[in-house]
Amino acid sequence: MKALVAIKHSINAYVKPTVKTDGSGVDLSTVKMSMNPFDEIAVEEAVRLKEAGKISEIIVVSIGKANVTESLRKALGMGADRGIHVLTDEDMYPLAVARILKVLLEKEGANIVLMGKQSIDGDNNQASQMLSGMMGWSQAMFASKVEIDDGKAEVTREVDGGLETISVKLPTVISTDLRLNEPRNVTLPNLMKAKQKPIEEVALIDLNVGTQSKVSVLKVEEPVARTGGIKVDNVAELVQKLKEEARVI
Amino acid sequence: MSVLVIAEHTGTALKTTTHTTIDAASHLGPVTVLVMGGVAVTPAEEAARLEHVTEVLLVEAPHLEHMLAEECAEQVVGLADKYRDILFPATTFGKNVMGRVAGILESSAVSDVIEIIDNKTFKHPTYAGNAIATVQTTEKKLIATIRPTAFNVVGESGRETKVTVIGAKPSLGLSTFVREELSDSSKPQLGSAKIVVSGGRGLKEADNFSMLEELAGKLGGGAIGATRAAVDLGWVPNDYQVGQTGKVVAPDIYFAVGISGAIQHLAGMKDSKVIVAINKDENAPIFDVATYGLVADLFEAIPELIKELS
Repeated sequence: MKALVAIKHSINAYVKPTVKTDGSGVDLSTVKMSMNPFDEIAVEEAVRLKEAGKISEIIVVSIGKANVTESLRKALGMGADRGIHVLTDEDMYPLAVARILKVLLEKEGANIVLMGKQSIDGDNNQASQMLSGMMGWSQAMFASKVEIDDGKAEVTREVDGGLETISVKLPTVISTDLRLNEPRNVTLPNLMKAKQKPIEEVALIDLNVGTQSKVSVLKVEEPVARTGGIKVDNVAELVQKLKEEARVI
Repeated sequence: MSVLVIAEHTGTALKTTTHTTIDAASHLGPVTVLVMGGVAVTPAEEAARLEHVTEVLLVEAPHLEHMLAEECAEQVVGLADKYRDILFPATTFGKNVMGRVAGILESSAVSDVIEIIDNKTFKHPTYAGNAIATVQTTEKKLIATIRPTAFNVVGESGRETKVTVIGAKPSLGLSTFVREELSDSSKPQLGSAKIVVSGGRGLKEADNFSMLEELAGKLGGGAIGATRAAVDLGWVPNDYQVGQTGKVVAPDIYFAVGISGAIQHLAGMKDSKVIVAINKDENAPIFDVATYGLVADLFEAIPELIKELS
């Protein structure tokens, strides 16, 4: 059984984003880029499933400019078998991402898709659900535990009130949450070995997918800054302020 | 044409995330509420009494009891033609179903709407709330999730709209519910509590969260929250997490105890009306957003605060 893992090369999680003064977006010209942290968890889970003999091949896919191969190489270093780079300069919205993945999924014949629940730039949390809906497959979103057996996956999901466990028929799309696993570090020998693994470059246009977005960004701005208040000297003053000034207790 | 709001409920009552989604929907047109479930007549009747609601649809079936995404999406897609817009609460339930509906309908969608400018233009946070994007859609149908903390909880209208029972689409049988482990539902829910008391790494160990429970009690009953660090250390369950990857809260008063104020955490609580920060590090970033900051050892300050409030 093949697994397809979709990853995004996005702003590094430890970088504070700066909004461009012309309101056109976040300035990414000089910032450090990395594999989206949720996607790293998806790669790790796929590698563990392969190590456990549950899947036979891991195909890792990324969509974007030339620099996304950095994240693809990392995924190959972690244990994915081969990569597909869908080359485009345009920002892809979740619907376009889902359409592209659908075409690749049909071509590759994978039975299980793993991807992060959201990218830390767009924060949309849509693409995996969209893909599952388009395919007519089952879905297991926000996974914190995955077990595969007998044509099914038992997945524990992080939901608002706690945890929910469901059993889904394969084929399926699983989106990964933070506590599913801790991704391994890529060792230098593995990174060197990964250089021998193939990355197929596919031009977006050759996939024949409608990717024009019907949602356009008019402007991007910084949130209204919250101004700090005052420091109080002691607990008694805090209680007095809460009672008499803020009147919240 | 009306706006369809997908209700979130406990089986016996609507969750307030439904009330806030109705508020958002009322800016776009007359509101129809769809209540799905195994047995869900009580929340449907509750929805019928709410402001702005002109129609309530009730779909009951055994396969809808656990609100699985595939089954819920099937019901929503079946009704999609009749409604111009479809809105879900931006909760784990709403996000799970919304994307699937949009995928089946081959439509773009907008996540986490915090402001409605007009029928086609919306604001939503990106980059963990560090960049607010204004987006415009040319889709015929708006499919979106609504951030609960950005809208009001609608009240009762004083009249009762009719509840129309409609037949369920048959089960797809793609997934089944196995079990759930939910937090104590008798306590205030983090997402909707008026008072939230949160702890971070500064609490040093799991047992010290009992101090926060006691403080919440003295404040008249508040929900307990935590930073990602405290959750990752196993001190509290994962659904206590406030932040970009956890819950976004906006209570009347938020106590940040032993919390430094990482960007990730601030994204989940900075819209609280009053923020109280107690931390011994006077340079902690949490003080930059706090209404009232107290530089103190929390192990002395919290017991003293509990005593003052007794």
